[in-house]
Amino acid sequence: MRFDLPNGSSVQALKDVSLDLKAGELLSVLGPSGCGKTTLLNIVAGFLAPTEGQIILNGHTVKGPDAERGMVFQQGALFEWMSVRENVGFGPSMKGMPKAEKAKIVDHLLDVVGLQDFKEKAVYELSGGMQQRVALARCLANEPDVILMDEPLGALDALTREKMQGLVLKLWKETGKTIILITHSVEEALLLGERLIVMAPRPGRIHTEYRLPFAEMGVGQDLREVKKHPKFGEVREEILGMIWDMEEEIMGRTEDA
Amino acid sequence: MELLGNLWGELWAVLTTLLAAAPYIIGYILIILLMMVIWSGIKRLLTPKHDYSSLKTVTFGDESAVTSNTAASVVSIVLIFVFWGAFTGSKLLPGFMHAPGPFIGDGSFEYTITTPAGDSDTATVSVVVHPTGEEVDAPEVTDGDGIAKNDAVAIPVYRSELLRVDRNDEMGRDEETFITAVDGDAIAPGGSVDVAFGRIAMSDKGTLNIIPSTGLQMEPIWLPSPEAVWSRLGEIATVGYRNSTLAEHLGYSLFRVIVGFLLGALVGIPLGYAMGLSNWFRGWFDPIVEFMRPVPPLALIPLVIIWAGIGEVGKIILLFLAALWIMAIAARSGVSGVRISKVHAAYSLGASKWQIMRHVIIPNSLPEIFTGARVAMGVCWGTVVAAELVAAEKGAGMMIMVASKFQSTDIVLMGIILIGIIGFSIDMLMRQAEKWLVPWKGKG
Repeated sequence: MRFDLPNGSSVQALKDVSLDLKAGELLSVLGPSGCGKTTLLNIVAGFLAPTEGQIILNGHTVKGPDAERGMVFQQGALFEWMSVRENVGFGPSMKGMPKAEKAKIVDHLLDVVGLQDFKEKAVYELSGGMQQRVALARCLANEPDVILMDEPLGALDALTREKMQGLVLKLWKETGKTIILITHSVEEALLLGERLIVMAPRPGRIHTEYRLPFAEMGVGQDLREVKKHPKFGEVREEILGMIWDMEEEIMGRTEDA
Repeated sequence: MELLGNLWGELWAVLTTLLAAAPYIIGYILIILLMMVIWSGIKRLLTPKHDYSSLKTVTFGDESAVTSNTAASVVSIVLIFVFWGAFTGSKLLPGFMHAPGPFIGDGSFEYTITTPAGDSDTATVSVVVHPTGEEVDAPEVTDGDGIAKNDAVAIPVYRSELLRVDRNDEMGRDEETFITAVDGDAIAPGGSVDVAFGRIAMSDKGTLNIIPSTGLQMEPIWLPSPEAVWSRLGEIATVGYRNSTLAEHLGYSLFRVIVGFLLGALVGIPLGYAMGLSNWFRGWFDPIVEFMRPVPPLALIPLVIIWAGIGEVGKIILLFLAALWIMAIAARSGVSGVRISKVHAAYSLGASKWQIMRHVIIPNSLPEIFTGARVAMGVCWGTVVAAELVAAEKGAGMMIMVASKFQSTDIVLMGIILIGIIGFSIDMLMRQAEKWLVPWKGKG
């Protein structure tokens, strides 16, 4: 992935990023800012065309956005002119699904994410955490094969965030969806990453890949217990050190320049 | 350089006027402060409030602690009417609240002439000041004794009269005999003497100018009383003015505004959408829109009159142009303001381009379009009145313009008040419509 800048130079945003994700896997992507996490996700979602290589899903090449790949954004991607119910039912409506069938899906999903009492509310009347639950439900209502999450919990406060991490794990296990999650929180990446990729910047590339047991452990459990696991702290320190070094390298480079 | 000098002179004149008004402005501020003190005294007697705001200790500088005081608004408006009534001698106010009125009735003064020989004689001038519109003759007076003869004069209220009181005297200015005193006080050309009912001034040629006191009240031709305006409102609402009733005048103005605005919106909104969604259309229309936007619609009136005449078509073209650019820019910024994550989300939920337009872009741009519509309606209302001032057969602006030419200040005042009320109502209606139709405004 490479693009030209107005001043004539060009940026190598991503280089040699190859991944093979199996159905039902939960992948979290971690890295310092500017390492191309969001660019990678935009390419997978089909919002950007890669300059080299390709994305293949279900045996066909990805050429643009499609209902088979659902997105959950950080915040502000809900439609504030629609009620909670209409937001969740957006995907089915676009497909022209009959009302009764749509209502059943929406009701079920809102029960699952714990918003049964807020179905007819306007989205702007909800708190940040509730809005992200709506965003999750909206994505699930469309029954995508892959769910792409771009720092979905980034704008939430720490307490709400822990609750929502539990919800994401629960939904992953219950629905069996393939999920790619981008985050800048190491703990979140560890908890929500069955597979974890640490990316390095300039050019954006895969630095290290982990396979971790914590997501499996965390399903239906208290996430705070998982965090006390000795291995958890060990991996966290290792990754923090890794990212620390990368940041240091970036800083040093800008100082030289 | 001459221009700068002229402008400096103008500025100086403005500042002098402002300075002359300063005592009144200060007086008004003192009244405001006095009312505030009185109100806080009254408030202490009422049951104190115990809401959240009342517990705030820091209110100075806390914007949320400052709310509009309803009592102040009421007092302010009542006071405007009280002033209006007091300075026009309104019958709605008890007499003691009136500002001193002009002198009406009989008065007299004495003047003294001195002959070259040093003899002097005194005569009386009887003055009748009568209300405007009444035919009153000067009272009959006898000549009296001596060389100076008595005079009489009738003057309408608020007017003054130059009177050659020495014309009927036995010796006048041709005999080197001059008026030297009024009511015993010496007077010379250019000077003046205060008398019981007003002032007597002497012109440079030695003629007396009788100026009855005008008091502090305004003449109806400057400022009619509230009840005069009200009764004129009733008259024009039923009988009409210049072949049209009030409803017709206002109806025509509103009709022009609404049709012009709707046409402007009908063209402007799609134009704005096109500019927001296509590079080519934005490039094509940006220079045109950016140039036309700062041109005040009023500046187009002469051209529109040349091209389309003074009929309805010309007016509506003008209002169409006034609304068009505002609506186009509002729609454009409404489209540009849609967050890319919303569009991405809709695409990844399987929406087609048309569905994105219908379910994301249009609803997302509605708040901006409503804001634009409010501005456009305000501009259109101002423009239609101005256009009618210039040339029209019917309309609120035409009504007050014609009335001003005939010095019917009451109609002018009534028209201005109605124009203000309608402009305010339009804005309120648009706000209400906004609340009902786009409740998500600013909540994204």
